[in-house]
Amino acid sequence: MSFDSFAAFLAMGGHGLYVWLAFGSTVLVMLANVVSVRVRTRRFFRDAADQLRRQQAASGSGGQSERRTGGNRAPELDQMADGSIDAS
Amino acid sequence: MTLKELWHRLGSPRWFYQISGPLIWVLGSLATVLLVVGTVWGLAFAPPDYQQGDSFRIIYIHVPAAIVAQSAYMLMGAAGVVLLVWRMKLADMVIAAVVPFGMSMTAVALFTGAVWGKPTWGTWWVWDARTTSMLVLLFLYLGLYALRQAVPRPEAAGRACAVLAIVGLVNIPIIKYSVEWWRTLHQGATFTLTKAPAMPPEMWLPLLVNVIGIYCFFGANLAARLRLEILERERATSWVRGLIEGTPR
Amino acid sequence: MSARPGPAGLFRAQLQRELVATARSLGEALNPLLFLFLAIALFAIGLGGQREALQDFAGGIIWVLVLLANLLALEGLFRRDYDDGTLEQMILLARPGFVPVLAKVLAQWCVTGLAMTLIAPLAALLLYLPGQVLGTALLTLLVGSPALTVLGAVGAALTVGLRRGGVLLALLVLPLYVPTLIFGAGAILQASLGLGASAQIYWLMAISMLAVTLGPFAVLAALKISLEQ
Repeated sequence: MSFDSFAAFLAMGGHGLYVWLAFGSTVLVMLANVVSVRVRTRRFFRDAADQLRRQQAASGSGGQSERRTGGNRAPELDQMADGSIDAS
Repeated sequence: MTLKELWHRLGSPRWFYQISGPLIWVLGSLATVLLVVGTVWGLAFAPPDYQQGDSFRIIYIHVPAAIVAQSAYMLMGAAGVVLLVWRMKLADMVIAAVVPFGMSMTAVALFTGAVWGKPTWGTWWVWDARTTSMLVLLFLYLGLYALRQAVPRPEAAGRACAVLAIVGLVNIPIIKYSVEWWRTLHQGATFTLTKAPAMPPEMWLPLLVNVIGIYCFFGANLAARLRLEILERERATSWVRGLIEGTPR
Repeated sequence: MSARPGPAGLFRAQLQRELVATARSLGEALNPLLFLFLAIALFAIGLGGQREALQDFAGGIIWVLVLLANLLALEGLFRRDYDDGTLEQMILLARPGFVPVLAKVLAQWCVTGLAMTLIAPLAALLLYLPGQVLGTALLTLLVGSPALTVLGAVGAALTVGLRRGGVLLALLVLPLYVPTLIFGAGAILQASLGLGASAQIYWLMAISMLAVTLGPFAVLAALKISLEQ
């Protein structure tokens, strides 16, 4: 242990503000990296499941078709299509 | 032939999605343990620097962030080559996934560097060789980010970013050298880590632990980002639809 | 097309076409030079016209403004050919594809890098650059500017298909210009201190050589991507 007391540890030899600012900001950024991906993944599943349900309700047949056909698409499907079609 | 098989498998986002689930947990826990150990060790147990006192402890986070930010760019450049030569979809996703991570780590390195500079050099910013090349690295990341935002078609955006990443990769050594040369020309009396006397093991070991830890963090975060990219891009395929149907309400 | 011209013939034809096109819209081609001139005058006015200050900063001022003037010229490098479809013909029909790219880059360099080198004595005059430094300044511009044109062409090729490419182009290209800026301005500073600047000149040459040999392939790849969309 390099410090005599917890107060000395917090003070960091007078440089406490700088040390804790640096570490605090880093922890925040790293957490933001983790949390943002997790939140977006959750949102993806939620939105996609919602869409799928709506789509199944609209078609009435209950998700028979594995692949979408281009003919009569619901408006929300157009949103869904951007990115996914081009990339695949 | 097994190596070739592995290569072809890597081209399949579905395969990556399936193997990467456990990978995230392994790397993520490893990263947590290493970073906690290295940081606590560095903050509380490592001896203070004889010149800088306790403010030197910022290196335990500053140096790993800077190293991983640069490695991330190297990885992205390599992925750019793979994308342009073999048209591997996963490489495109790697480029897309690395940019926000690398950008945030470069920003962290610059910010912690500034916070370290204040008590050490008495100023928030010094046009030192390393800070300058990190600043240029930040601009390179920002350029890639802006380019991807600006190109409407994802497939074209990916390859455009690949070209830019490769050009940047070739330029990075030149930038580093030029900036170093530039600073030695009119270098004042600045203190740099390399000129300090060799650190004793109890000072550099926690740093090493944190560097390894942040690489694990990078791996875990990259894998998580890649999985999200895969889901979004393969949304219309039957296997992703299967995953979506399996999610509880 | 009956007999396909060889690479050399292709290069010559393309270069001739570019130079003729430039000569037809000379006003447009001269705009970046005008900008360079004007901006140098603004710097001189902004710094109070003081001889010492201008002399000290001359190398940096000249090089930064040359970078910006190059950037200004890049916008138009592929724009018109892209809009009227000739770029597509040029890139897709040419074998090998980098030949017309190289010709376009060379033509662009003639109206930017080379032209800026030629008007640099005027800039040096406005900034009170000492006569013995002028030779070094001209040499840095001459050997450093090809890298600017080629690296800039990569950025221009990537952004040519985009609606608002201007600011993006600056963000993509300027960080890549850093080494050229450092060695160019550094050489002028060294020379004005009475020191030799050959190391920096060699570095500028090396960077330009690297850019000219590898750059056209990157430009070609970027153009193909932009043409696909």
